[in-house]
Amino acid sequence: MRLRLRPCGNYKESYKEELPIFETDFGRISSLIGLILLFFVIPFVFGSYNLYVLNHVAIYAIAAVGLNILTGFTGQLSLGHGAFFGVGAYTASILMTRLHVPFLPSIFAGGVSTALVGLVFGIPSSRLKHLYLTISTLAGQLILEYIFINWESLTCGASGIILPKSTIFGFDLQTDRSFFYVIFIFFVIFLWIAKNIVRTKYGRAFIAIRDNDQAAEGMGIPIFRYKLISFAISSFYAGFAGALWATYVASISPEPFTFGLSIEFIAMIIIGGLGSITGSVFGATFITLLNEALSQGIGYLMNLKAFTGMVTIAPFREFIFGLVIVLFLIFEPKGLAEVWRIVKSSFKLWPFSY
Amino acid sequence: MGFFLQLLVQGLSIGCLYGIAALGFVMIFKSSSVLNFAHGELLAIGAYIFFVITIWLNLPIYMAFIITFVGSFALGFLIERLFLRPMIGEALIEVVMLTVGLSAMFRGLLLVIFSGNTYVFSNFLPAWLNIRIGSLSISSVYTVTLIITIIFLAILGFFFKYSSQGIYMRSVADNQTAALSLGVNVRRVFALSWAIASIVCAISGIILGVINGVNVHAISRIGLKVFPVVILGGLESIGGAIIGGLFIGFLETFVSGYLSTSLRDVVAYVVLVIILMIKPYGLFGLVEIERV
Repeated sequence: MRLRLRPCGNYKESYKEELPIFETDFGRISSLIGLILLFFVIPFVFGSYNLYVLNHVAIYAIAAVGLNILTGFTGQLSLGHGAFFGVGAYTASILMTRLHVPFLPSIFAGGVSTALVGLVFGIPSSRLKHLYLTISTLAGQLILEYIFINWESLTCGASGIILPKSTIFGFDLQTDRSFFYVIFIFFVIFLWIAKNIVRTKYGRAFIAIRDNDQAAEGMGIPIFRYKLISFAISSFYAGFAGALWATYVASISPEPFTFGLSIEFIAMIIIGGLGSITGSVFGATFITLLNEALSQGIGYLMNLKAFTGMVTIAPFREFIFGLVIVLFLIFEPKGLAEVWRIVKSSFKLWPFSY
Repeated sequence: MGFFLQLLVQGLSIGCLYGIAALGFVMIFKSSSVLNFAHGELLAIGAYIFFVITIWLNLPIYMAFIITFVGSFALGFLIERLFLRPMIGEALIEVVMLTVGLSAMFRGLLLVIFSGNTYVFSNFLPAWLNIRIGSLSISSVYTVTLIITIIFLAILGFFFKYSSQGIYMRSVADNQTAALSLGVNVRRVFALSWAIASIVCAISGIILGVINGVNVHAISRIGLKVFPVVILGGLESIGGAIIGGLFIGFLETFVSGYLSTSLRDVVAYVVLVIILMIKPYGLFGLVEIERV
């Protein structure tokens, strides 16, 4: 067997050759090595705190990948993903506490129910062009937030729900390490699915709609149906991530699922790169690490005498997220994925830069 | 009956307020078709400038008004120049995401400076504006809101109908490329519409501050409420914005008066979703018929 390496020009002879995820065997081998590292080295090398951060990165990355399918590939913006994340979390926790549904069915139910809820707010957009989906998801965000707080018989209101211990196939999921495996297996699966969705008929239809909806419809793509499909997939990802998150942190309240979380997701995909699956992972990593760094930094500031009581984390976070969104949009609209590509290609082309 | 009338009056004034708040939004949308998600923060910034000048610096009211107007004009101009102009030629969705980012940035900044406290203006309005008709009392703030709404409608109406800048704005809204080729300075139109919209926002922000006190969270929530208002009225219609505002104002006061106060904040969005489903271009919006 010979390794396929990058040819020195474009020698493709059929459309099929355009399609593979990995153009060369180098990419395939390096991702295999990456997977081995991820599952057999990292959980044993890293401590509990690092695994905790990594788990959050993976959960947010799943949601961000979903949002990127909608925003980056279909060209529709959702401001409701924070609440959709919450719908998944609430569905899973209610199923687990009230009906004692096992772990796996609950988190999948979290995803499916979110896709259905998402469709309710997606229907208006199906009749309209432009950014009406944005407005209706904004309404969705605020209505759902209201429901989380005020429908007390279902969601326990502001006091929240405490989840029972999760078990999967008889194994207790208690430590960060055992959750690491569950979360990252789903992370890899969902990433793989997303990567494949965007190169099938559906993904190409999404991209066509993003680039020019009139031309897309002219080519025979029923745009409203595809927009809804994209929105359903995207809300499924958000809900699934939310359900995973709820089972991981084991207690939920309406507090995290605000408009701010929606903005955080948007920040993730902008920073990572619109229209790039790997980019969403970069973005989720960036934002989660930024979050951790900020809370550490502000925790440090709070301990200093001069600043006691003066700084709280939320406004700073909001300001910095806003700033990061704006700066990336103006200076690097393709995000970290583009930076990564530039770095990679400059290595590849060195020493001849063209 | 007295309760009903009281609610009616309150609804009318809150509605006018939403209407004014939405005017700035509609102006930006009309000239550049950008959904401005930083609208609530523009309202809040106007209110805070006014607050700082009157309460912290203790300057007289008329000075405060002048400085606030000049300040927010400059702010609108700067926002357009610094953030929106580099985005010319980018996809609309990216510009909208930029305003989402701006909104988070401004809100964070205001919260860092002023924290989440509510600051109260001293009521500077003269007492003769308090109107009493029988059992019905209308506080001066509401009278002023009504008067200002009417003045604004008149001014903006004349501006768009007769002044050359207003006509440029309408032409840009109608067809950017055509306006450009006929020699309209599209950039200046954008800058000017952001600046004017920002002044309009400042005025509504000040009124909001007088009614409820200045609080970043509260005002940015009202900024989001602009969306049901403009969707109801139609995104491009200034008169529609006022009528949409009145409708949402009445709806909210009656819901909180007769049903439940907590429903008040969410009922507008329920209406928004319903309107989007049944009459998506709003009551007075431009119906775009597009055959592919």
